[in-house]
Amino acid sequence: MIIKNNSTGPYRIEADQVCVDYNGTVALYDASLKVKPGSICGLVGMNGAGKSTFFKALMGFVRPSRGKIKINGVPVSKAQGDQAVAYVPQSEGIDCSFPVSVWDVVMMGLYGSMNFLRIPRESDRRAVWHALERVDLIDLRKRPIGTLSGGQRKRTFLARAIAQRASVLLLDEPFSGVDVPTEKLMSELFLQFRQEGRTILISTHDLSHVRDFCDLVVLINKTVLAYGETSEVFTSENLNMTFGGLPPDPLFGSTSLDKDNFSNE
Amino acid sequence: MSNFFISIDPLSFLADPLSHEFMRRALMVSALVGAVCGLLSCYMTLKGWALMGDAVSHAVMPGVVVAYALGLPFSIGAFVFGVGSVALIGFVKQKSRIKEDTVIGLVFTGFFALGLVLVSKIKSNIDLMHILFGSPLGTSQSDVNQTLIISFIVVMILLVFGKDLMLYCFDPTHARSIGINTGLLHYLLLSVLSLTAVVGLQTVGIILVVAMLITPGATAYLLTDRFDRMTILAVLSSVISSILGVYISYWSDIETGGSIVLVQTFIFLIAFLFAPRYGILKNQSKIS
Repeated sequence: MIIKNNSTGPYRIEADQVCVDYNGTVALYDASLKVKPGSICGLVGMNGAGKSTFFKALMGFVRPSRGKIKINGVPVSKAQGDQAVAYVPQSEGIDCSFPVSVWDVVMMGLYGSMNFLRIPRESDRRAVWHALERVDLIDLRKRPIGTLSGGQRKRTFLARAIAQRASVLLLDEPFSGVDVPTEKLMSELFLQFRQEGRTILISTHDLSHVRDFCDLVVLINKTVLAYGETSEVFTSENLNMTFGGLPPDPLFGSTSLDKDNFSNE
Repeated sequence: MSNFFISIDPLSFLADPLSHEFMRRALMVSALVGAVCGLLSCYMTLKGWALMGDAVSHAVMPGVVVAYALGLPFSIGAFVFGVGSVALIGFVKQKSRIKEDTVIGLVFTGFFALGLVLVSKIKSNIDLMHILFGSPLGTSQSDVNQTLIISFIVVMILLVFGKDLMLYCFDPTHARSIGINTGLLHYLLLSVLSLTAVVGLQTVGIILVVAMLITPGATAYLLTDRFDRMTILAVLSSVISSILGVYISYWSDIETGGSIVLVQTFIFLIAFLFAPRYGILKNQSKIS
């Protein structure tokens, strides 16, 4: 599997003292982070802690008022052009009745590398086919996305990121509304991605999945509170800071908000 | 007149009007406008821009009047006011706490009122009724030329940027993250909307042009799950409505714009009832 821009710079993501504010309201300050190729990194924080702002900054949607972000050693706008960053949306953020098929959606991952009329080449079709095979959706490729289950839809957007050959994947709450087979397939895919040198950033407030899937964790509350190996960072003290003093579960570091996610433990 | 459908044989129903120059022109312009509006209507309905279409089509009114007064092609005036109104909507929304649909309603009625006042004040030979309700049977050769030019521009833009616009409607976040300039696409779609509103108002008038911009798309959306088929079906239903509407208007001496839009609405109703997958009758038979 070829990934674009595999070897430029030692880090996939470099954020250096990034500040973002919206009309004077600070959403993120002094956020610094370095993530190497082949990492699965959980981005954990409450709603409004700046997770989505951080994602937007990584995708170049908001300009940091201070600090620098580099993807694969180049500025974000350049990385966009290199098709290096793929965003896998939450299912709720997508109009599921839009008249497109699974195949069409995955093909959208390749628009950026096509000519301006977006006419697919033979290699593009092969890339889509291959990506659909990896997420086990090849039989459903002609189905309108409206007829898919939540898990199948999630896999469709993962296939789009694969087809794009992105080296950095940004996943927004990937485990919400996902069935067991999809979760199993996703965990296998993530391990493959890691081996291929892709870096995955998972934004979530679901701590049990972070523990299962992520090598690294970033705890975020308006800034990067802690960053490192999951086992070291997941202390009750850190989580207490992250979730603003809500009492963490003594065993698993869950907050009272997240009890439902621990039913399987 | 009450039984004209029976008294006229189908051949003369179709052929007789074609002996008149004004009817040939009206049919050609209406079919062309139908095709352009039908194509654009797919993007309008999928983007959820029905209200925006209504706003822009009303807001072009003062532009048309000013352009007439200055002796410019009215497409230029319409374009400036159409895009201007949207820029104003965006500005007011950003700078105040008022919700978007309120701002849209507020701005477009303001522009429309300005247009009405200008028509009554500026000495010109504009017939207010023609702007409000369209007059395809009174189309001049210069109108035809202008419609041809604008239609060509709009169709070219929609063909060249079609895939990008579709992606922009579907998933703007992804479009941006792969380096596509979504701001440009946004204003491109608005510009196309303003231009199309101008050609549309010639056949059905300002008040009904929004029907041309959403009904064919809505009808096609009920019939298919594929975007390419949706565009074809929308164009087809829109062109058929325009031609049939003009014919009915000729034979029964009814208002042309209203006639075209009524045919469109009728086709929509048929799709609404009988569409293979999404028609309501289909749904009921599933339940019982």
